[in-house]
Amino acid sequence: MFKQFIAVTAMSLQTLPQRIGASSVIVIGIAGVVAVLVSVLAMGAGFRHTLADGGRADRVIILRGGSDAELSSNLTRSDVDIISNAPGLAKDSSGKALLSSELVTMVNVPKFDTGTDANVTLRGVGLKLTEVRPELKIVQGRMFRPAVRELIAGAGAVKQFRGLDVGGLIHLRNADWTVTGVFTSNSDVHESELLADVDTVGSSVERNGYSSAIGLLTGPQEFSRFKDALTTDPQLKVDVQREREYYAAQSKNLTQAINVVGKTVAIIMAIGAMFGALNSMYSAVAARGQEIATLRAIGFGALPVLSSVMVEALLLSLLGGVIGAALAWLFFNGHSVSTLGGGFAQVVFQLTVTRALIVTGIIWACVIGLIGGLFPALRAARLPVAEALRAA
Amino acid sequence: MKFFPLIWATLWRKKTRTIFTLLSVVIAFLLFGMLEIVDNAFSHPSTGVTGADKLITTNKYSLTLPLPLADVQQIRSVPGVAEVTWISWFGGYYQESKNFVFALPVDTDSYFNLHKGEFVVSDRQMQAYRNTRTGALVNSALMKKFGWKIGDKVPLHSTIWTKKDDGSLDWTFDIVGTIDVKDPTQASAQAYTFVFHYELFDEGRSFGKGQVAWFEERVGDPSQSGAISGRIDALFANSPNETKTQPANDFTLAFIKQYGDIGFVLRAILGAVFFALLFLTGNTMMQSVRERIPELAVLKTLGFGDGKVLMLVLAESLLLCMIAAVIGLALSYAALPIIKMGLQGVELSPTALIPGVGVAVLLALIVGAAPALRAMRLNIVDALADKR
Repeated sequence: MFKQFIAVTAMSLQTLPQRIGASSVIVIGIAGVVAVLVSVLAMGAGFRHTLADGGRADRVIILRGGSDAELSSNLTRSDVDIISNAPGLAKDSSGKALLSSELVTMVNVPKFDTGTDANVTLRGVGLKLTEVRPELKIVQGRMFRPAVRELIAGAGAVKQFRGLDVGGLIHLRNADWTVTGVFTSNSDVHESELLADVDTVGSSVERNGYSSAIGLLTGPQEFSRFKDALTTDPQLKVDVQREREYYAAQSKNLTQAINVVGKTVAIIMAIGAMFGALNSMYSAVAARGQEIATLRAIGFGALPVLSSVMVEALLLSLLGGVIGAALAWLFFNGHSVSTLGGGFAQVVFQLTVTRALIVTGIIWACVIGLIGGLFPALRAARLPVAEALRAA
Repeated sequence: MKFFPLIWATLWRKKTRTIFTLLSVVIAFLLFGMLEIVDNAFSHPSTGVTGADKLITTNKYSLTLPLPLADVQQIRSVPGVAEVTWISWFGGYYQESKNFVFALPVDTDSYFNLHKGEFVVSDRQMQAYRNTRTGALVNSALMKKFGWKIGDKVPLHSTIWTKKDDGSLDWTFDIVGTIDVKDPTQASAQAYTFVFHYELFDEGRSFGKGQVAWFEERVGDPSQSGAISGRIDALFANSPNETKTQPANDFTLAFIKQYGDIGFVLRAILGAVFFALLFLTGNTMMQSVRERIPELAVLKTLGFGDGKVLMLVLAESLLLCMIAAVIGLALSYAALPIIKMGLQGVELSPTALIPGVGVAVLLALIVGAAPALRAMRLNIVDALADKR
């Protein structure tokens, strides 16, 4: 039986080149489905990676209670003073808490691809910036100085928006700000932003207060102690979240939307490709009608015939899946794009074709191939031998 | 036309193959239709009730920076400006953050004068709204969504504004009436509307008093929009609050463009779909002609000219693609309500489907060309002998 299977399958694969037209329909159709599926999901994966994987477990973000994002939050100076004395915060050598009070505002900067203005985050950051965010590295130029209108631009933002190279000028409320440096920070969301001194930003936008406070804890386990201390303080009305959870919540909606849209489009395409596969395999079976009938006549079983058709469909779709995933990887892996993220601001991220996505794509390809091969295989197995032989 | 039965018969010569091919093409056009609708929605966004005669003035450097309300006096005096109103963000939701409500504090007189004839509000409810300080007019779809009735007291949570009196973020309103748009094509874009008194808002908030998020102007002559925008912006040039005035349509378009080059993504997907489709349909047509070579030879023997045979094959290809395209596009039109659920606030137009017919013709010609030429060049003697 197994020998029969090998013999029939080898035979069907040997005749494959004669049916190259019909076979390529399966390969190309499935490659298209997988390429689209993997590329779109890579967008979701990249966006999630940028927002949700960026935060550290021992870093916290404090917002005014009831505000769900930094942009709508508001903390006073006295709020920040109270927060800086809370237990669990890491301290520097002189005993000062590692807490960066931040002020988030938006500036209009034109985007390269559309040419129209986009909301880029200008984040005023406290003096403890480099200690609170040790992953931040200046890769070009130098750090901004406090009290003068200078800012540093994230490496992602520089690629997506116009005029952010070192020496570039950003206009905000009647004054020019100079870009003095470009930074990276583990390709997290801050690479989409512009950073400057918080008090200089505050005086520029006439805001006396902050949007949020970012603190570094002595360890991730300190979180509940720190949170409880702040939320039970009657002088404060704040929400305390781990940074990672805050950004995960910010990215949830868009990541979900991308996945739903990507999968819907891919399912529709997959149905189309399945009809294509059915067509090709039916015509393959028809073309091999005599051959199959002859095999059956000399004693080959129905099952080896059925399996040989299935194997052919599966191999072709596997090839299509691999080509599709490879195309997605080749063209889009690492491709940098930006969109309006959770809460009004541009987020720059890279499409990430992960190994898991490639596996997903190839599984889809195999499922399409299996369904597309099944019915033609059944027909091949049930072919009435005498009739098929006579059809010559 | 008299050849239609012949073409029809050859089309269904191999039923399974034709049906599967047809279904693939239907799927491709369903996708084409859906993505075209979405692309159209993003590239020609609905601007809600703001027609061509509306301008929007925002802070020049940032959408999030406020403008002083006092600017309104100067804007009103600009020649060509018929009416100006001011609005602030509220960032509202009902009970849970997923229950977004597009709540806007508006100045009653100027807002309703500016949008004269665009909203449907009964006179009695309008009067009640004017008489109720905490009154709110709510879109009827939104009322239905949350089960609100006229006379209800509803709390809205603002993510931005704390109240002066108790420092909380929860504002309570009395629903006194419904506000709907006259233009039915704008209905879904306006489905979250909730307007309330600017006076209540400005007096009640604990900070930001006298500051607005944007001004909206109605101009007498839309062809003068550019010049009027320039005049408004000139008023505030070199002030701490420089402005940027643009037609409301451009403002919306620029905002939507911030989501990125969605058109590119959609075109890339469609490119992949139609590339695969060319092979699939092309293969079907090729097979179909190959199988009929003796028949085509008979036709030629009967006196059909080369050109006629070419046309017959092309017509078959055209018929196949058109049937499928029409079904596919019709299905995507049927899917419109589903797309609308996913793209709230974006208007979708079925006219986006028209290019699909052109694409179907193009597809038919491309995939039909090779087999049709082959049929045309057939040599009768060889073909009758079925020598390929």
